[in-house]
Amino acid sequence: MARSNKPMVWSLFAAGGTVAAFVMPVLMLLTIMAGYGQLTDSLGYEGMKSFASGWMGKLFLLVVIVTCLWHAAHRARTALHGLGLRADKAVAVIGYGIASLGSLLAVFYLLRI
Amino acid sequence: MTQRTVELSILRYRPEEDDKPWFQTYQVPCDEDWVVLDAINYVKDHLDGSLSYRWSCHMAVCGSCSMMINGDPALSCKTFIRDLPEGPVRIEPLANFPIERDLVVVMDDFMEKLQRVKPYLIRSTEKPLEEGQHLQSPAELKKFKQYTLCINCACCYSACPQYALIPEFIGPAALTLAHRYNQDSRDQGRDEREDVVASNEGIWDCSFAGACSDVCPKHVDPASAVQQMKIASTVDWFMRRLGLGGGKS
Repeated sequence: MARSNKPMVWSLFAAGGTVAAFVMPVLMLLTIMAGYGQLTDSLGYEGMKSFASGWMGKLFLLVVIVTCLWHAAHRARTALHGLGLRADKAVAVIGYGIASLGSLLAVFYLLRI
Repeated sequence: MTQRTVELSILRYRPEEDDKPWFQTYQVPCDEDWVVLDAINYVKDHLDGSLSYRWSCHMAVCGSCSMMINGDPALSCKTFIRDLPEGPVRIEPLANFPIERDLVVVMDDFMEKLQRVKPYLIRSTEKPLEEGQHLQSPAELKKFKQYTLCINCACCYSACPQYALIPEFIGPAALTLAHRYNQDSRDQGRDEREDVVASNEGIWDCSFAGACSDVCPKHVDPASAVQQMKIASTVDWFMRRLGLGGGKS
C-alpha cells in the first residue's frame, strides 16, 4: 500500500494545535483588553506596530496565523466527515484553499507593515 | 450476602429463525459481588440454555467476553453489577462488528488486520545462536511494555467512531500492536510495517477522538501509540522529501 501524503497537512495541523492551545488564548485576552483600552502603551497600537515591523515579530505573527488557519481547516475536514458529510475531497479543497489564501494574505499584509 | 433481582435486556439474534435482532428480558437474582458475566452465566445455566456468548477466563485476561453494556463496550467479567445504575441492564454484541449469533460477533476483519501489521519480531539479519540472547535494558522494555498488555478484546474497535465510518481503517488495537514491535529494540521491521501503518487506511484515518483509550480495559492507551506513530511517520515523510532516508514511499 502506498504511503500517505497526509503528513504534509497533519504536520501543519499538529503545529497549529499546539500554537492554538498555548498562544491563541493569550492573544485573544490581549485583544479583548485592547478593545477596552486596558493595555499598557507597549502593547498598544504603536507598540504592536513596531513589533510587527521587525523580522522576529513578523515571523511570530506569520507562524501563529498560518498554523492556526491550517489547524482549523484540517479539524473542520475531520469534524465534517465525523458529522456525516461525505464530500471529503470538496471539503479538503475548500478548507485548505481558504487556509492557503489566508496564509498568502498574512504574508502580503505583514510585508506591508 | 445481599441479593437483588436485576433485569437483563439482552439482544438476541438467531439467524435461522430471527429476521432481525430483538431484545429478550430476564430477571436474574444477583449477588452483590457479581459481574455482568455472572448474571449472563446464570441466564444460560438456569433460565435459557439457548443464549450464545463468548467467555473463557472470567478474569480480564482472555478478552473473549467483551460486549456492549448499557451502550458502552466493556469486558462483562470486569463490569460489576453494583457499579451500574439501577434499572434494566442493556446487553448487546460489540458494536461495529457483524452479529454471528446473539452476543457473538464475527471478528474476521479484526483478525485479518492484526496479521497485516506483522505483529512479530522481524530481523533483517538473524543473530547466530552462539552470540547469545538479545539483551534489553529496563528503559528499552518500558518503551513498549504498556502496548504488550492488549488482550484483543476489540472494545476499542467498538468505541472507535472512525472504524464505524471507515471499515477499511486498520484500527486501534492492530496499529498499537504494530507500534509495540516498532518500539522493541530487538525488532528491525518498522519499514515493512509502515507499508500498512503509514497508508491512508492506517494511522491517517485516526481522528484522535481518544475513545479507544477511554474504553480499554487494560489501560493500553491505543490513542497514544497512534499519535506517536503519526509523529514518526511525519518525520519519515519530510526526510524522504529531503532525500535523507525515511524509508520507501
